[in-house]
Amino acid sequence: MTAERDVEREVEVEYTRLRIPFGPIHPALKEPVLLRVSVRGEEVVDVDMALGHVHRGIELLAEGRNLIQTLYLIERICGICSHSHTTCFIQALEEIGGITPSKRALYLRTLIFEMERIHSHLLLLGVIAYEIGFDTLFMFTWHVREKILDLFEKITGNRIHHAMNTIGGVRWDLTPRMVEEIDAYMREVEKSVKYIHNVFMDGTVEKRVCGLGVLSYDDAVKLCVVGPTARGSGVDIDVRRDHPYAAYDELKRDFSVVVERGCDVYARTEVRILEIFESINIIRAILDRLPDGPIRPKENVFRLMRGIPEGEAISLVEAPRGELLYFVKTDGSGGLKRLKVRTPTFSNLIGLKPMLIGCEIADVPVIVASIDPCLSCTNRLIVIDQERGESNVIDVDSLRHRVRRRWMRQ
Amino acid sequence: MKFGKMLRDALRSLFRKPVTVEYLTKPGRMVPVSERFRGRLTYDRDACIGCLLCVRVCPSGVIASTEDMKVAFNISRCILCGQCAEICPKEAIKLSTQFEIITGNKNGLILK
Repeated sequence: MTAERDVEREVEVEYTRLRIPFGPIHPALKEPVLLRVSVRGEEVVDVDMALGHVHRGIELLAEGRNLIQTLYLIERICGICSHSHTTCFIQALEEIGGITPSKRALYLRTLIFEMERIHSHLLLLGVIAYEIGFDTLFMFTWHVREKILDLFEKITGNRIHHAMNTIGGVRWDLTPRMVEEIDAYMREVEKSVKYIHNVFMDGTVEKRVCGLGVLSYDDAVKLCVVGPTARGSGVDIDVRRDHPYAAYDELKRDFSVVVERGCDVYARTEVRILEIFESINIIRAILDRLPDGPIRPKENVFRLMRGIPEGEAISLVEAPRGELLYFVKTDGSGGLKRLKVRTPTFSNLIGLKPMLIGCEIADVPVIVASIDPCLSCTNRLIVIDQERGESNVIDVDSLRHRVRRRWMRQ
Repeated sequence: MKFGKMLRDALRSLFRKPVTVEYLTKPGRMVPVSERFRGRLTYDRDACIGCLLCVRVCPSGVIASTEDMKVAFNISRCILCGQCAEICPKEAIKLSTQFEIITGNKNGLILK
């Protein structure tokens, strides 16, 4: 009898606090991140994150190439927001080189940008539906997304890596037939997204995700969260409106920034659905007011690249996941001295901790999915210890910890 | 009312043609690719003047110069960005709409 009770007590002690490794390879996670989740029973009490499983060293690779080669390299940082990355990079180059793209080129850039936002948001809506176990909705959402990808293939020649941008403009022009096609597709997409919105408003979905993964307004501001994750917590920020780039300055009246105050997974989902409608509005405005003119300078792109002097620039765009920042330093002979990329997921990952603490272990995948993590973009900081020959990728917290420790020693 | 709508959707999708298509069963039933589609490279050796601009802009090291001032392509490395075709002054390099690049023989992927 006593022995049995001892066993019982032992089990109880063991289960007061468990540390579960969640990822980097996990059926519910789409991208590799390691979350060390401490649980008490079903409740999550602490989270620790580890990155670095898809580090590819793109910034270093870029330093050994010329600017045209780098343009296609950085397109491969991310498969979903490839156009955002090239636009951000090209903007910095154009600022250094003093090149002004034509109006039509800027409008076409914006068009691809908004189509990319639609397809990125649809992808995420599908993933959220999948994480809450609603596979029919997942299939339906991705079916709608497929139409946008077909449209990309018609306009630019490729579904994912569009290679649309070039120095001083864009590479492909719209034909009148394409304008009609885009218009027809947008009507279809709008109808389907309305249907998806209705399904997401359904009671079962609402009960599953409401009040889940709460990131309060104060936390969102304090942790510098960006993009739809911030807008879902009531923070009214959007680079498109605050620091207009490309053609957004002239399209200011055609869209509004969607802000929800729910602070939970449902609010973040809602923000993305409503942003799709805003993107459709922008695309219609672009098609209405598409100016005439050349889409790129007559000069050879190689000569343009040679003309870019030594200099540095910072460029900002609003990628589908939030604010994307590039620091570019050119060396004056067509190469790069330094490239630094700060992706939206890097800012948003820190926001995961307050979201996850207090939730149930079964809710972790959907909460992680709700910030739309794109970890291939994020893994970039690597520290190499030359004395010991070790190399490890570190995150912000441990960096801060190291700096503090060194400061204390002094 | 909701149940009726669900039933209607379910019945409709029962009789609808499937969205997916079989892969390459018959050439006529293949998904058509668009005009601007970027597929396998083609190279017109006679038109090439040996300016080697394509070698300098290729992001993935596909193109190498040969001894007689022409170029050779290693297509297995190609990322289909189309920059070489764009910069070629004589239009000697073109991108076809052929998207099946895989072969059993690796030498078949070297284009001269």
